[in-house]
Amino acid sequence: MSEQTKISIRDFNFFYAKKEVIRALNLDVRENEILSVFGPANSGTTTLLRALNRMTDLTPGVYMEGEILLDGKNIRSPDINISELRRKVSMVFEVPTPLPMSIFDNVAYGPRLSGVKNRVLLEHTVEESLQMAVLWDEVKDRLHNSAMRLSGGQQQRLCLARILALHPEVILLDRPCSGLDPVSTSKIEESLRHLKEKFTIVIVPHNVQQAGRVSDRAAFLLMGDLIEVGLTAEVFANPKDKRTSDYITGRFG
Amino acid sequence: MEIRSAFHKKLREIQDDILIMGSMVSKATLLAIEALQKRDLALANQIIADDKKINRKRFDIEEKCIQLIATQQPMASDLRTIVSVLNIITELERIGDYAEGNAKITLMIGNEPPLKPLVDIPRMAEKTADMLNRSLTAFINHDADAAIKISAEDDFIDNLYDQVFRELLTFMAEDPKTITRATRLIWVTHNLERSADRVTNICERVVFMVTGKMEESNTSSSY
Repeated sequence: MSEQTKISIRDFNFFYAKKEVIRALNLDVRENEILSVFGPANSGTTTLLRALNRMTDLTPGVYMEGEILLDGKNIRSPDINISELRRKVSMVFEVPTPLPMSIFDNVAYGPRLSGVKNRVLLEHTVEESLQMAVLWDEVKDRLHNSAMRLSGGQQQRLCLARILALHPEVILLDRPCSGLDPVSTSKIEESLRHLKEKFTIVIVPHNVQQAGRVSDRAAFLLMGDLIEVGLTAEVFANPKDKRTSDYITGRFG
Repeated sequence: MEIRSAFHKKLREIQDDILIMGSMVSKATLLAIEALQKRDLALANQIIADDKKINRKRFDIEEKCIQLIATQQPMASDLRTIVSVLNIITELERIGDYAEGNAKITLMIGNEPPLKPLVDIPRMAEKTADMLNRSLTAFINHDADAAIKISAEDDFIDNLYDQVFRELLTFMAEDPKTITRATRLIWVTHNLERSADRVTNICERVVFMVTGKMEESNTSSSY
């Protein structure tokens, strides 16, 4: 984790129609850190994640105020190339979304779309991405089998590999392990620890414990308000705010 | 592939910290008796000052353990290891306090003429430090059998304690002018005997960590 700020969220408000979902949020994401954003349902965690690469644009009736700066540039400014933003800031969703094609083609899909045709380069990218997602050893002998035949945990790592093939800068993970068994969960968490050396990661964990295990820093959102943010070990061993303490100890939520 | 390698790396770091703290304590135990033998008051003062470092190390390790429990949800043998670490650092810290106590007794004795040449007290200190070092090796190696054997060696310390105690009583009975000096040496001996008892507690923790069984070690100590 460096001290360099990768994403800076300034005075950010977010509304679905008239309902305010995130209120006056100020939060920095540092380069090469894993930041977990956690909180009970309807706290704005997923919305925040989706706002970071403007996927919220796809939802009708949303309204935002404030700034989200990626490397100092406001991603909400009109001259931003959205496709390029979403390549730089890529997302893995709660439910694995393999495309109905082979493992190889899933990972090569993005590079091919962006014009890469060189077979050797594609093979290299696919292997490198699968390695980084800690899936290579499990699939290297069946790259041309359908991705739909992989287990849930493997499918999720495939989705991770698919975005890695596009060389993102920030990886957004929305409850990436919610339907997975503990071993698959551990594998994904372990891969994140390696990935943070190259990327910046923001994760909305599917439970509080995962926030504790994987992240360098943790931010607790409650009903759209940022209650506390700090080093994960501090937030979990010695939270400053009683509401954080009550939530992580299971007194509410 | 080990799937929780980051967690296990942190756990190994804590185990390394235990070895460092153990060597600080074992050194203090031996040096306190060396200071007593040589009437080296500067060394005694140094041991007293260094005890603060031992106490600081204990809190550092405790904090790391709390953070691991809070963030990593350790289970089974990992949980037992962390619980054992928390207990072992308390024992080590207390053994360090006994060494500090012996250094303070050395300062009290100051330049009083020696009552007798010290023979058995240094033997007790050497044996205690040796048991301590080996108990921590057993901890690192997850060796419950070794821990049980080390516990049994506490009888050797208890026998020496009896012997020194009787000897010092004889001095006092023969010449009441020796009472102050002999009493101070009894305190030193008692501190060493307690230190070795705490080593047996460490051994019990090693057995718990490896087997999950909480049993008192079978020592015939009557103290």
